[in-house]
Amino acid sequence: MLVYTVISGILFGLFCSLMGIGLNLIFGVMRFVNLAHGDFLMLGAFGAYFAYTLYGISPAISVVINMIVMIVIGALIYYAFVPRLLRSRDPEMLSLIFFFGISQVIEALSVIFFTNNPRSIDWSALGTANYQLFGQSFQESWVVSALISVIAIVLVYFYLYHTKLGYATRAVMGSLDEAASSGINVHRVSAWAMGIGLALAAAAGALSPFFLGSITPNMGSDITTTSFSIIIIGSLGNPLGTVIGGLIYGLSSMFMQSYIPSWANLVPYLLLFLILLFKPSGLLGKVVRHA
Amino acid sequence: MRKPLISGGIVFLIVLLFFAIMPSVYSNEDLFFQAMVYLALAQGVNILYGFTGYLPFGYVGFFGTGAYAASLCITLLHFPPVLGIIAGGLASVVLSILLSPLLRLSGAYFAIGSLAASQMVYYIVSNPSLQNITNGPYGINLESVYQPHTSYVTMIVILALVMGVVIYIRNSRFGLSLQAIREDPVSAGMAGVHVVRQRAIAWFLSALIAGLVGGAFAWHISVFYPTTVFDLNISIFAIVFTLFGGVTTVLGPVLGMFVLYGFYNLIGISEPQYFQLIYGILILLLVLFLPSGIVSIVKRRGHYVP
Repeated sequence: MLVYTVISGILFGLFCSLMGIGLNLIFGVMRFVNLAHGDFLMLGAFGAYFAYTLYGISPAISVVINMIVMIVIGALIYYAFVPRLLRSRDPEMLSLIFFFGISQVIEALSVIFFTNNPRSIDWSALGTANYQLFGQSFQESWVVSALISVIAIVLVYFYLYHTKLGYATRAVMGSLDEAASSGINVHRVSAWAMGIGLALAAAAGALSPFFLGSITPNMGSDITTTSFSIIIIGSLGNPLGTVIGGLIYGLSSMFMQSYIPSWANLVPYLLLFLILLFKPSGLLGKVVRHA
Repeated sequence: MRKPLISGGIVFLIVLLFFAIMPSVYSNEDLFFQAMVYLALAQGVNILYGFTGYLPFGYVGFFGTGAYAASLCITLLHFPPVLGIIAGGLASVVLSILLSPLLRLSGAYFAIGSLAASQMVYYIVSNPSLQNITNGPYGINLESVYQPHTSYVTMIVILALVMGVVIYIRNSRFGLSLQAIREDPVSAGMAGVHVVRQRAIAWFLSALIAGLVGGAFAWHISVFYPTTVFDLNISIFAIVFTLFGGVTTVLGPVLGMFVLYGFYNLIGISEPQYFQLIYGILILLLVLFLPSGIVSIVKRRGHYVP
Protein backbone atom coordinates (compact mmCIF):
# COMPACT_ATOMS: atom_id res chain seq x y z
CA MET A 1 0.00 0.00 0.00
CA LEU A 2 2.71 2.49 0.97
CA VAL A 3 4.92 1.72 -2.04
CA TYR A 4 1.92 1.79 -4.34
CA THR A 5 0.84 5.16 -2.95
CA VAL A 6 4.32 6.64 -3.33
CA ILE A 7 4.77 5.49 -6.93
CA SER A 8 1.29 6.46 -8.05
CA GLY A 9 1.80 9.78 -6.29
CA ILE A 10 4.96 10.36 -8.31
CA LEU A 11 3.30 9.40 -11.60
CA PHE A 12 0.32 11.61 -10.84
CA GLY A 13 2.66 14.35 -9.64
CA LEU A 14 4.55 14.37 -12.94
CA PHE A 15 1.28 14.85 -14.77
CA CYS A 16 0.36 17.63 -12.31
CA SER A 17 3.66 19.37 -13.06
CA LEU A 18 2.80 19.40 -16.74
CA MET A 19 -0.65 20.68 -15.82
CA GLY A 20 0.77 23.65 -13.92
CA ILE A 21 3.87 24.52 -15.90
CA GLY A 22 2.09 26.42 -18.67
CA LEU A 23 0.23 28.58 -16.18
CA ASN A 24 3.49 29.34 -14.42
CA LEU A 25 5.29 30.26 -17.63
CA ILE A 26 2.59 32.77 -18.53
CA PHE A 27 2.57 34.20 -15.02
CA GLY A 28 6.34 34.43 -14.95
CA VAL A 29 6.60 36.31 -18.22
CA MET A 30 3.52 38.52 -18.20
CA ARG A 31 2.49 38.64 -14.51
CA PHE A 32 -0.95 37.63 -15.74
CA VAL A 33 -3.07 35.08 -13.98
CA ASN A 34 -4.56 32.94 -16.70
CA LEU A 35 -7.93 32.05 -15.24
CA ALA A 36 -8.79 30.30 -18.49
CA HIS A 37 -5.92 27.83 -18.05
CA GLY A 38 -8.22 24.95 -17.16
CA ASP A 39 -10.45 25.75 -20.11
CA PHE A 40 -7.57 25.55 -22.57
CA LEU A 41 -6.70 22.25 -20.95
CA MET A 42 -10.30 21.15 -21.46
CA LEU A 43 -10.08 22.11 -25.14
CA GLY A 44 -6.97 19.95 -25.42
CA ALA A 45 -8.84 17.08 -23.80
CA PHE A 46 -11.70 17.39 -26.28
CA GLY A 47 -9.20 17.63 -29.14
CA ALA A 48 -7.65 14.34 -28.06
CA TYR A 49 -11.07 12.79 -27.52
CA PHE A 50 -12.30 13.61 -31.02
CA ALA A 51 -8.99 12.66 -32.60
CA TYR A 52 -9.20 9.28 -30.87
CA THR A 53 -12.87 8.48 -31.42
CA LEU A 54 -13.22 9.85 -34.96
CA TYR A 55 -9.83 9.11 -36.51
CA GLY A 56 -8.27 6.65 -34.09
CA ILE A 57 -5.32 8.94 -33.39
CA SER A 58 -3.51 7.99 -30.20
CA PRO A 59 -3.57 10.63 -27.44
CA ALA A 60 0.23 10.59 -27.48
CA ILE A 61 0.13 12.03 -31.01
CA SER A 62 -2.69 14.40 -30.04
CA VAL A 63 -0.31 15.92 -27.50
CA VAL A 64 1.87 17.12 -30.36
CA ILE A 65 -1.04 18.27 -32.54
CA ASN A 66 -2.58 20.13 -29.59
CA MET A 67 0.67 21.92 -28.89
CA ILE A 68 1.13 23.15 -32.44
CA VAL A 69 -2.46 24.42 -32.68
CA MET A 70 -2.30 26.11 -29.28
CA ILE A 71 0.97 27.95 -29.97
CA VAL A 72 -0.80 29.65 -32.88
CA ILE A 73 -3.96 30.38 -30.86
CA GLY A 74 -1.92 31.72 -27.94
CA ALA A 75 0.05 34.10 -30.14
CA LEU A 76 -3.17 35.30 -31.78
CA ILE A 77 -4.81 35.96 -28.41
CA TYR A 78 -1.70 37.77 -27.27
CA TYR A 79 -1.50 40.15 -30.22
CA ALA A 80 -5.26 40.71 -30.29
CA PHE A 81 -5.71 41.67 -26.64
CA VAL A 82 -2.67 41.99 -24.45
CA PRO A 83 -1.04 45.20 -25.76
CA ARG A 84 -4.33 46.98 -25.11
CA LEU A 85 -4.67 45.40 -21.69
CA LEU A 86 -1.19 46.57 -20.71
CA ARG A 87 -2.11 50.19 -21.26
CA SER A 88 -4.83 50.19 -18.57
CA ARG A 89 -4.42 51.45 -15.01
CA ASP A 90 -4.24 48.12 -13.21
CA PRO A 91 -3.35 45.46 -15.81
CA GLU A 92 -2.82 42.64 -13.33
CA MET A 93 -6.27 42.82 -11.77
CA LEU A 94 -7.89 43.55 -15.09
CA SER A 95 -6.19 40.52 -16.61
CA LEU A 96 -7.90 38.34 -14.00
CA ILE A 97 -11.28 39.58 -15.19
CA PHE A 98 -10.18 39.41 -18.81
CA PHE A 99 -9.17 35.77 -18.62
CA PHE A 100 -12.31 35.04 -16.66
CA GLY A 101 -14.22 36.44 -19.65
CA ILE A 102 -12.22 34.22 -22.00
CA SER A 103 -12.96 31.19 -19.84
CA GLN A 104 -16.69 32.00 -19.92
CA VAL A 105 -16.62 32.25 -23.71
CA ILE A 106 -14.71 28.98 -24.08
CA GLU A 107 -16.99 27.16 -21.65
CA ALA A 108 -20.14 28.46 -23.32
CA LEU A 109 -18.93 27.58 -26.82
CA SER A 110 -17.88 24.11 -25.66
CA VAL A 111 -21.27 23.46 -24.11
CA ILE A 112 -22.92 24.60 -27.35
CA PHE A 113 -20.70 22.49 -29.60
CA PHE A 114 -19.75 19.51 -27.44
CA THR A 115 -22.85 19.37 -25.16
CA ASN A 116 -22.67 18.69 -21.45
CA ASN A 117 -22.35 14.90 -21.67
CA PRO A 118 -19.24 13.61 -19.91
CA ARG A 119 -16.83 11.88 -22.33
CA SER A 120 -13.95 9.61 -21.65
CA ILE A 121 -11.16 8.02 -23.63
CA ASP A 122 -10.67 4.30 -23.31
CA TRP A 123 -8.00 3.27 -20.79
CA SER A 124 -6.39 1.15 -23.48
CA ALA A 125 -5.77 4.09 -25.81
CA LEU A 126 -2.20 4.38 -24.54
CA GLY A 127 -1.54 0.64 -24.34
CA THR A 128 -3.02 -2.22 -22.37
CA ALA A 129 -0.01 -3.69 -20.65
CA ASN A 130 0.57 -3.51 -16.91
CA TYR A 131 3.96 -2.32 -15.77
CA GLN A 132 5.65 -3.79 -12.75
CA LEU A 133 7.40 -1.10 -10.71
CA PHE A 134 8.92 -2.18 -7.37
CA GLY A 135 6.57 -5.12 -7.21
CA GLN A 136 3.42 -3.07 -7.82
CA SER A 137 1.55 -3.09 -11.09
CA PHE A 138 0.45 0.07 -12.89
CA GLN A 139 -1.60 0.63 -16.00
CA GLU A 140 0.42 1.44 -19.08
CA SER A 141 -1.61 4.62 -19.66
CA TRP A 142 -0.37 6.10 -16.37
CA VAL A 143 3.25 5.21 -17.02
CA VAL A 144 3.18 6.46 -20.61
CA SER A 145 1.40 9.70 -19.64
CA ALA A 146 3.95 10.34 -16.91
CA LEU A 147 6.75 9.72 -19.42
CA ILE A 148 5.20 12.14 -21.91
CA SER A 149 4.95 14.70 -19.11
CA VAL A 150 8.63 14.27 -18.31
CA ILE A 151 9.56 14.73 -21.97
CA ALA A 152 7.48 17.90 -22.19
CA ILE A 153 9.05 19.29 -19.03
CA VAL A 154 12.56 18.51 -20.31
CA LEU A 155 11.69 20.34 -23.53
CA VAL A 156 10.58 23.36 -21.49
CA TYR A 157 13.92 23.24 -19.68
CA PHE A 158 15.73 23.06 -23.00
CA TYR A 159 13.69 25.99 -24.35
CA LEU A 160 14.37 28.17 -21.31
CA TYR A 161 18.04 27.41 -20.79
CA HIS A 162 19.46 26.43 -24.17
CA THR A 163 17.79 28.57 -26.82
CA LYS A 164 18.13 32.23 -27.64
CA LEU A 165 14.39 32.72 -27.25
CA GLY A 166 14.61 31.10 -23.82
CA TYR A 167 17.37 33.49 -22.70
CA ALA A 168 15.19 36.39 -23.81
CA THR A 169 12.19 34.86 -22.03
CA ARG A 170 14.09 34.59 -18.78
CA ALA A 171 15.31 38.16 -19.19
CA VAL A 172 11.71 39.36 -19.54
CA MET A 173 10.78 37.33 -16.45
CA GLY A 174 13.52 39.08 -14.50
CA SER A 175 12.60 42.58 -15.51
CA LEU A 176 10.43 43.64 -18.40
CA ASP A 177 11.82 47.16 -18.58
CA GLU A 178 15.46 46.13 -18.52
CA ALA A 179 14.85 43.44 -21.11
CA ALA A 180 13.12 45.95 -23.37
CA SER A 181 15.90 48.50 -22.99
CA SER A 182 18.56 45.96 -23.92
CA GLY A 183 16.89 45.42 -27.26
CA ILE A 184 14.72 42.37 -26.65
CA ASN A 185 11.43 42.42 -28.53
CA VAL A 186 9.23 41.96 -25.47
CA HIS A 187 6.01 41.47 -27.39
CA ARG A 188 7.47 38.72 -29.55
CA VAL A 189 8.93 36.90 -26.54
CA SER A 190 5.70 37.24 -24.56
CA ALA A 191 3.60 36.05 -27.49
CA TRP A 192 5.78 32.93 -27.70
CA ALA A 193 5.49 32.41 -23.96
CA MET A 194 1.72 32.75 -24.13
CA GLY A 195 1.59 30.26 -27.01
CA ILE A 196 3.87 27.78 -25.30
CA GLY A 197 2.01 28.17 -22.02
CA LEU A 198 -1.32 27.35 -23.63
CA ALA A 199 0.32 24.56 -25.64
CA LEU A 200 1.51 22.92 -22.43
CA ALA A 201 -1.98 23.20 -20.97
CA ALA A 202 -3.44 21.52 -24.05
CA ALA A 203 -0.76 18.83 -23.90
CA ALA A 204 -1.78 18.07 -20.33
CA GLY A 205 -5.37 18.12 -21.57
CA ALA A 206 -4.71 15.29 -23.99
CA LEU A 207 -3.47 13.16 -21.07
CA SER A 208 -6.10 14.32 -18.58
CA PRO A 209 -8.70 11.63 -19.37
CA PHE A 210 -6.30 9.08 -17.85
CA PHE A 211 -5.77 10.98 -14.60
CA LEU A 212 -8.81 13.12 -14.00
CA GLY A 213 -11.58 10.87 -15.27
CA SER A 214 -14.24 11.97 -17.70
CA ILE A 215 -14.05 15.27 -19.55
CA THR A 216 -16.82 17.86 -19.56
CA PRO A 217 -16.94 21.49 -20.73
CA ASN A 218 -17.18 22.63 -17.10
CA MET A 219 -14.04 20.92 -15.82
CA GLY A 220 -11.92 24.04 -16.34
CA SER A 221 -12.32 26.07 -13.18
CA ASP A 222 -11.39 23.27 -10.78
CA ILE A 223 -8.31 22.53 -12.84
CA THR A 224 -7.33 26.18 -12.79
CA THR A 225 -7.47 26.27 -8.99
CA THR A 226 -5.57 23.01 -8.67
CA SER A 227 -2.92 24.24 -11.09
CA PHE A 228 -2.64 27.36 -8.99
CA SER A 229 -1.95 25.49 -5.84
CA ILE A 230 0.65 23.46 -7.71
CA ILE A 231 2.54 26.44 -9.06
CA ILE A 232 2.35 28.38 -5.82
CA ILE A 233 3.70 25.40 -3.87
CA GLY A 234 6.55 25.20 -6.39
CA SER A 235 7.05 28.92 -6.74
CA LEU A 236 5.25 31.46 -8.85
CA GLY A 237 7.14 32.64 -11.88
CA ASN A 238 9.71 29.83 -11.84
CA PRO A 239 8.52 27.23 -14.35
CA LEU A 240 10.85 24.49 -13.19
CA GLY A 241 9.78 24.95 -9.58
CA THR A 242 6.45 23.63 -10.78
CA VAL A 243 7.91 20.14 -10.89
CA ILE A 244 8.49 20.21 -7.14
CA GLY A 245 5.01 21.63 -6.62
CA GLY A 246 3.47 18.96 -8.84
CA LEU A 247 5.25 16.13 -7.07
CA ILE A 248 4.31 17.41 -3.61
CA TYR A 249 0.74 17.87 -4.73
CA GLY A 250 0.54 14.46 -6.41
CA LEU A 251 2.06 12.63 -3.45
CA SER A 252 -0.01 14.39 -0.82
CA SER A 253 -3.28 13.91 -2.64
CA MET A 254 -2.54 10.21 -3.19
CA PHE A 255 -1.69 9.80 0.49
CA MET A 256 -4.85 11.56 1.58
CA GLN A 257 -6.92 9.45 -0.81
CA SER A 258 -5.41 6.24 0.50
CA TYR A 259 -5.54 7.03 4.19
CA ILE A 260 -8.18 9.70 4.93
CA PRO A 261 -10.35 9.92 1.81
CA SER A 262 -13.11 12.15 3.18
CA TRP A 263 -10.72 15.07 3.69
CA ALA A 264 -8.76 14.59 0.45
CA ASN A 265 -10.43 17.52 -1.31
CA LEU A 266 -9.06 19.87 1.28
CA VAL A 267 -5.41 19.14 0.42
CA PRO A 268 -4.76 21.49 -2.49
CA TYR A 269 -6.40 24.42 -0.78
CA LEU A 270 -4.80 23.78 2.58
CA LEU A 271 -1.35 23.51 1.01
CA LEU A 272 -1.97 26.63 -1.06
CA PHE A 273 -3.15 28.56 1.94
CA LEU A 274 -0.31 27.54 4.23
CA ILE A 275 2.36 28.20 1.63
CA LEU A 276 0.89 31.59 0.73
CA LEU A 277 0.93 32.59 4.37
CA PHE A 278 4.28 31.27 5.45
CA LYS A 279 6.35 31.32 2.29
CA PRO A 280 4.58 33.42 -0.34
CA SER A 281 7.50 33.02 -2.72
CA GLY A 282 7.01 29.26 -2.90
CA LEU A 283 9.38 26.53 -1.81
CA LEU A 284 12.04 27.46 -4.34
CA GLY A 285 11.50 31.20 -4.39
CA LYS A 286 14.29 33.42 -3.15
CA VAL A 287 12.63 36.81 -2.87
CA VAL A 288 8.99 37.76 -2.72
CA ARG A 289 8.04 39.06 -6.12
CA HIS A 290 5.15 41.40 -6.03
CA ALA A 291 2.40 40.21 -8.29
CA MET B 1 -18.87 68.12 0.58
CA ARG B 2 -22.63 68.77 0.67
CA LYS B 3 -23.53 68.12 -2.98
CA PRO B 4 -21.90 64.65 -3.18
CA LEU B 5 -23.81 63.64 -0.05
CA ILE B 6 -27.11 64.74 -1.59
CA SER B 7 -26.52 62.87 -4.85
CA GLY B 8 -25.47 59.81 -2.84
CA GLY B 9 -28.65 60.13 -0.83
CA ILE B 10 -30.73 60.24 -4.00
CA VAL B 11 -29.20 56.98 -5.23
CA PHE B 12 -29.84 55.50 -1.79
CA LEU B 13 -33.52 56.49 -1.81
CA ILE B 14 -34.18 55.40 -5.39
CA VAL B 15 -32.65 51.97 -4.80
CA LEU B 16 -34.52 51.33 -1.56
CA LEU B 17 -37.84 52.62 -2.88
CA PHE B 18 -37.40 50.43 -5.94
CA PHE B 19 -37.00 47.31 -3.84
CA ALA B 20 -39.76 48.33 -1.43
CA ILE B 21 -42.32 48.99 -4.17
CA MET B 22 -41.44 46.49 -6.90
CA PRO B 23 -42.78 43.31 -5.24
CA SER B 24 -46.29 44.82 -5.31
CA VAL B 25 -45.89 45.71 -9.01
CA TYR B 26 -44.39 42.47 -10.22
CA SER B 27 -45.05 39.59 -7.89
CA ASN B 28 -41.75 37.73 -8.20
CA GLU B 29 -40.41 38.57 -4.77
CA ASP B 30 -37.56 36.06 -4.98
CA LEU B 31 -36.17 37.81 -8.03
CA PHE B 32 -35.92 41.12 -6.19
CA PHE B 33 -34.56 39.42 -3.12
CA GLN B 34 -31.73 37.88 -5.15
CA ALA B 35 -31.09 41.23 -6.79
CA MET B 36 -30.71 42.81 -3.35
CA VAL B 37 -28.36 40.02 -2.28
CA TYR B 38 -26.14 40.62 -5.29
CA LEU B 39 -26.28 44.37 -4.89
CA ALA B 40 -25.22 44.17 -1.24
CA LEU B 41 -22.44 41.72 -2.09
CA ALA B 42 -21.30 43.93 -4.97
CA GLN B 43 -21.11 46.85 -2.56
CA GLY B 44 -19.09 44.67 -0.17
CA VAL B 45 -16.65 43.90 -2.98
CA ASN B 46 -16.66 47.60 -3.79
CA ILE B 47 -15.55 48.48 -0.25
CA LEU B 48 -12.73 45.98 -0.39
CA TYR B 49 -11.61 46.14 -4.01
CA GLY B 50 -12.77 49.62 -4.97
CA PHE B 51 -11.34 51.36 -1.95
CA THR B 52 -8.42 49.19 -0.89
CA GLY B 53 -7.46 47.36 -4.09
CA TYR B 54 -7.74 43.84 -2.68
CA LEU B 55 -9.71 41.63 -5.07
CA PRO B 56 -11.48 38.99 -2.95
CA PHE B 57 -12.10 35.99 -5.19
CA GLY B 58 -13.16 34.03 -2.16
CA TYR B 59 -15.70 36.59 -1.01
CA VAL B 60 -18.37 33.88 -1.14
CA GLY B 61 -16.61 32.24 1.82
CA PHE B 62 -17.98 34.98 4.09
CA PHE B 63 -21.41 34.73 2.50
CA GLY B 64 -21.53 30.98 3.09
CA THR B 65 -20.17 31.32 6.61
CA GLY B 66 -22.89 33.85 7.39
CA ALA B 67 -25.56 31.60 5.93
CA TYR B 68 -24.34 28.56 7.87
CA ALA B 69 -23.70 30.37 11.15
CA ALA B 70 -27.16 31.95 11.03
CA SER B 71 -28.85 28.65 10.18
CA LEU B 72 -27.01 26.73 12.89
CA CYS B 73 -27.88 29.35 15.49
CA ILE B 74 -31.51 29.10 14.44
CA THR B 75 -31.74 25.30 14.26
CA LEU B 76 -29.39 24.21 17.05
CA LEU B 77 -29.54 27.12 19.49
CA HIS B 78 -33.12 28.22 18.65
CA PHE B 79 -32.22 31.88 18.10
CA PRO B 80 -34.93 34.06 16.59
CA PRO B 81 -34.05 34.55 12.89
CA VAL B 82 -33.00 38.20 13.11
CA LEU B 83 -30.63 37.42 15.96
CA GLY B 84 -29.39 34.47 13.90
CA ILE B 85 -28.57 36.81 11.01
CA ILE B 86 -26.59 39.06 13.33
CA ALA B 87 -24.76 35.99 14.61
CA GLY B 88 -24.03 35.10 10.97
CA GLY B 89 -22.51 38.51 10.42
CA LEU B 90 -20.40 38.18 13.56
CA ALA B 91 -19.24 34.69 12.56
CA SER B 92 -18.07 36.15 9.28
CA VAL B 93 -16.15 38.85 11.10
CA VAL B 94 -14.51 36.19 13.27
CA LEU B 95 -13.51 34.31 10.12
CA SER B 96 -12.11 37.51 8.62
CA ILE B 97 -10.05 38.07 11.78
CA LEU B 98 -8.69 34.54 11.47
CA LEU B 99 -7.91 35.18 7.80
CA SER B 100 -6.49 38.66 8.30
CA PRO B 101 -2.90 37.46 7.68
CA LEU B 102 -4.05 37.21 4.04
CA LEU B 103 -3.82 41.00 3.90
CA ARG B 104 -0.04 40.65 3.93
CA LEU B 105 -0.33 39.32 0.40
CA SER B 106 -1.03 41.59 -2.51
CA GLY B 107 -2.47 41.52 -6.00
CA ALA B 108 -3.05 38.14 -7.54
CA TYR B 109 -1.61 36.36 -4.50
CA PHE B 110 -4.36 37.79 -2.32
CA ALA B 111 -7.05 36.97 -4.87
CA ILE B 112 -5.98 33.34 -5.07
CA GLY B 113 -5.28 33.06 -1.34
CA SER B 114 -8.78 34.21 -0.48
CA LEU B 115 -10.17 31.76 -3.02
CA ALA B 116 -8.28 28.93 -1.32
CA ALA B 117 -9.57 30.07 2.07
CA SER B 118 -13.18 30.04 0.92
CA GLN B 119 -12.79 26.59 -0.60
CA MET B 120 -11.33 25.37 2.70
CA VAL B 121 -14.33 26.68 4.62
CA TYR B 122 -16.58 24.99 2.07
CA TYR B 123 -14.85 21.62 2.38
CA ILE B 124 -14.94 21.82 6.17
CA VAL B 125 -18.62 22.77 6.33
CA SER B 126 -19.71 20.20 3.76
CA ASN B 127 -17.58 17.40 5.17
CA PRO B 128 -19.54 14.24 5.96
CA SER B 129 -17.53 13.85 9.20
CA LEU B 130 -19.28 16.93 10.58
CA GLN B 131 -22.75 15.73 9.72
CA ASN B 132 -23.92 15.98 13.35
CA ILE B 133 -23.36 19.72 13.36
CA THR B 134 -23.58 21.10 9.82
CA ASN B 135 -25.47 18.17 8.29
CA GLY B 136 -22.49 17.83 5.88
CA PRO B 137 -23.34 17.84 2.22
CA TYR B 138 -27.06 17.36 2.87
CA GLY B 139 -27.77 21.00 3.53
CA ILE B 140 -29.91 23.00 5.89
CA ASN B 141 -33.65 23.14 6.36
CA LEU B 142 -35.13 26.25 8.02
CA GLU B 143 -38.73 25.68 7.03
CA SER B 144 -39.91 26.01 10.64
CA VAL B 145 -39.07 29.73 10.63
CA TYR B 146 -39.88 30.41 6.95
CA GLN B 147 -41.38 33.93 6.61
CA PRO B 148 -40.63 35.28 3.14
CA HIS B 149 -42.09 38.75 3.75
CA THR B 150 -40.29 39.37 7.01
CA SER B 151 -37.01 38.17 5.53
CA TYR B 152 -37.57 40.42 2.50
CA VAL B 153 -38.00 43.43 4.78
CA THR B 154 -34.93 42.38 6.78
CA MET B 155 -32.94 42.28 3.56
CA ILE B 156 -34.09 45.81 2.67
CA VAL B 157 -32.83 46.97 6.07
CA ILE B 158 -29.49 45.25 5.50
CA LEU B 159 -29.22 46.78 2.04
CA ALA B 160 -29.97 50.20 3.53
CA LEU B 161 -27.17 49.73 6.05
CA VAL B 162 -24.78 48.61 3.33
CA MET B 163 -25.61 51.50 1.03
CA GLY B 164 -25.30 53.89 3.96
CA VAL B 165 -21.86 52.56 4.81
CA VAL B 166 -20.68 52.85 1.20
CA ILE B 167 -22.00 56.43 0.95
CA TYR B 168 -20.18 57.24 4.19
CA ILE B 169 -16.93 55.70 2.94
CA ARG B 170 -17.26 57.47 -0.39
CA ASN B 171 -17.56 60.85 1.32
CA SER B 172 -15.36 60.58 4.39
CA ARG B 173 -11.77 60.88 5.49
CA PHE B 174 -11.82 57.14 6.12
CA GLY B 175 -12.60 56.46 2.45
CA LEU B 176 -9.94 58.90 1.33
CA SER B 177 -7.36 57.24 3.54
CA LEU B 178 -8.30 53.85 2.07
CA GLN B 179 -7.82 55.18 -1.44
CA ALA B 180 -4.50 56.68 -0.46
CA ILE B 181 -3.41 53.26 0.84
CA ARG B 182 -4.57 51.62 -2.38
CA GLU B 183 -2.52 53.99 -4.51
CA ASP B 184 0.64 53.80 -2.45
CA PRO B 185 0.74 52.29 1.05
CA VAL B 186 4.19 53.64 1.85
CA SER B 187 3.36 57.26 1.05
CA ALA B 188 0.02 56.93 2.82
CA GLY B 189 1.83 55.70 5.92
CA MET B 190 4.26 58.62 5.68
CA ALA B 191 1.31 61.01 5.50
CA GLY B 192 0.04 59.73 8.84
CA VAL B 193 -2.54 57.19 7.67
CA HIS B 194 -2.73 54.15 9.92
CA VAL B 195 -2.30 51.69 7.02
CA VAL B 196 -2.78 48.36 8.77
CA ARG B 197 -5.72 49.50 10.89
CA GLN B 198 -7.69 51.20 8.11
CA ARG B 199 -7.17 48.28 5.76
CA ALA B 200 -8.27 45.81 8.43
CA ILE B 201 -11.42 47.84 9.15
CA ALA B 202 -12.39 47.73 5.47
CA TRP B 203 -11.75 43.98 5.44
CA PHE B 204 -13.88 43.32 8.56
CA LEU B 205 -16.61 45.59 7.24
CA SER B 206 -16.89 43.78 3.93
CA ALA B 207 -16.86 40.42 5.75
CA LEU B 208 -19.64 41.66 8.04
CA ILE B 209 -21.73 42.68 5.04
CA ALA B 210 -21.32 39.31 3.34
CA GLY B 211 -22.13 37.52 6.60
CA LEU B 212 -25.35 39.47 7.21
CA VAL B 213 -26.43 39.02 3.61
CA GLY B 214 -25.66 35.31 3.83
CA GLY B 215 -27.78 34.99 6.96
CA ALA B 216 -30.72 36.80 5.36
CA PHE B 217 -30.33 34.69 2.23
CA ALA B 218 -30.42 31.48 4.27
CA TRP B 219 -33.57 32.60 6.06
CA HIS B 220 -35.28 33.63 2.84
CA ILE B 221 -34.66 30.51 0.79
CA SER B 222 -34.76 28.31 3.92
CA VAL B 223 -33.67 25.07 2.19
CA PHE B 224 -30.16 25.00 0.77
CA TYR B 225 -27.01 22.95 0.29
CA PRO B 226 -23.37 23.87 0.93
CA THR B 227 -22.87 24.12 -2.85
CA THR B 228 -25.61 26.78 -3.00
CA VAL B 229 -24.04 29.19 -0.56
CA PHE B 230 -20.39 28.47 -1.39
CA ASP B 231 -20.89 28.72 -5.13
CA LEU B 232 -17.84 30.49 -6.54
CA ASN B 233 -20.08 32.14 -9.11
CA ILE B 234 -21.51 34.29 -6.32
CA SER B 235 -18.13 35.98 -5.76
CA ILE B 236 -17.54 36.24 -9.44
CA PHE B 237 -20.95 37.77 -10.11
CA ALA B 238 -20.42 40.30 -7.33
CA ILE B 239 -16.96 41.19 -8.66
CA VAL B 240 -18.07 41.47 -12.26
CA PHE B 241 -21.14 43.57 -11.36
CA THR B 242 -18.93 45.94 -9.41
CA LEU B 243 -16.30 46.25 -12.13
CA PHE B 244 -18.90 46.55 -14.86
CA GLY B 245 -20.56 49.50 -13.14
CA GLY B 246 -17.38 51.11 -11.91
CA VAL B 247 -15.53 50.74 -8.63
CA THR B 248 -15.01 53.34 -5.90
CA THR B 249 -18.46 54.84 -6.49
CA VAL B 250 -21.85 54.28 -4.87
CA LEU B 251 -23.64 54.21 -8.19
CA GLY B 252 -21.31 51.81 -10.08
CA PRO B 253 -22.30 48.52 -8.41
CA VAL B 254 -25.97 49.54 -8.59
CA LEU B 255 -25.76 50.08 -12.36
CA GLY B 256 -23.69 46.95 -12.86
CA MET B 257 -26.15 44.82 -10.92
CA PHE B 258 -29.23 46.20 -12.69
CA VAL B 259 -27.78 45.84 -16.18
CA LEU B 260 -26.08 42.45 -15.85
CA TYR B 261 -28.44 40.78 -13.41
CA GLY B 262 -31.46 42.03 -15.33
CA PHE B 263 -29.89 40.61 -18.45
CA TYR B 264 -29.20 37.33 -16.65
CA ASN B 265 -32.85 37.02 -15.69
CA LEU B 266 -33.99 37.79 -19.21
CA ILE B 267 -32.09 35.02 -20.96
CA GLY B 268 -29.73 33.39 -18.45
CA ILE B 269 -32.23 30.97 -16.99
CA SER B 270 -33.74 29.60 -20.19
CA GLU B 271 -30.54 29.58 -22.29
CA PRO B 272 -27.64 29.41 -19.84
CA GLN B 273 -24.94 28.67 -22.41
CA TYR B 274 -25.88 31.58 -24.68
CA PHE B 275 -26.06 33.83 -21.64
CA GLN B 276 -22.61 32.66 -20.58
CA LEU B 277 -21.28 33.37 -24.06
CA ILE B 278 -22.70 36.89 -24.20
CA TYR B 279 -21.64 37.49 -20.60
CA GLY B 280 -18.08 36.46 -21.44
CA ILE B 281 -18.02 38.66 -24.53
CA LEU B 282 -19.41 41.59 -22.50
CA ILE B 283 -16.62 41.14 -19.97
CA LEU B 284 -14.00 41.10 -22.73
CA LEU B 285 -15.44 44.25 -24.28
CA LEU B 286 -15.58 45.90 -20.88
CA VAL B 287 -11.95 45.12 -20.14
CA LEU B 288 -10.79 46.29 -23.53
CA PHE B 289 -12.87 49.42 -24.00
CA LEU B 290 -14.26 50.53 -20.63
CA PRO B 291 -11.75 49.32 -18.04
CA SER B 292 -13.16 51.69 -15.39
CA GLY B 293 -16.77 50.63 -15.82
CA ILE B 294 -19.96 52.23 -17.10
CA VAL B 295 -19.68 55.26 -14.82
CA SER B 296 -16.41 56.23 -16.53
CA ILE B 297 -18.47 57.38 -19.55
CA VAL B 298 -19.93 60.12 -17.35
CA LYS B 299 -16.76 60.65 -15.33
CA ARG B 300 -14.68 61.27 -18.43
CA ARG B 301 -16.81 64.31 -19.24
CA GLY B 302 -15.93 65.78 -15.88
CA HIS B 303 -19.20 65.06 -14.10
CA TYR B 304 -19.30 63.88 -10.51
CA VAL B 305 -20.55 60.35 -9.94
CA PRO B 306 -21.85 59.59 -6.42
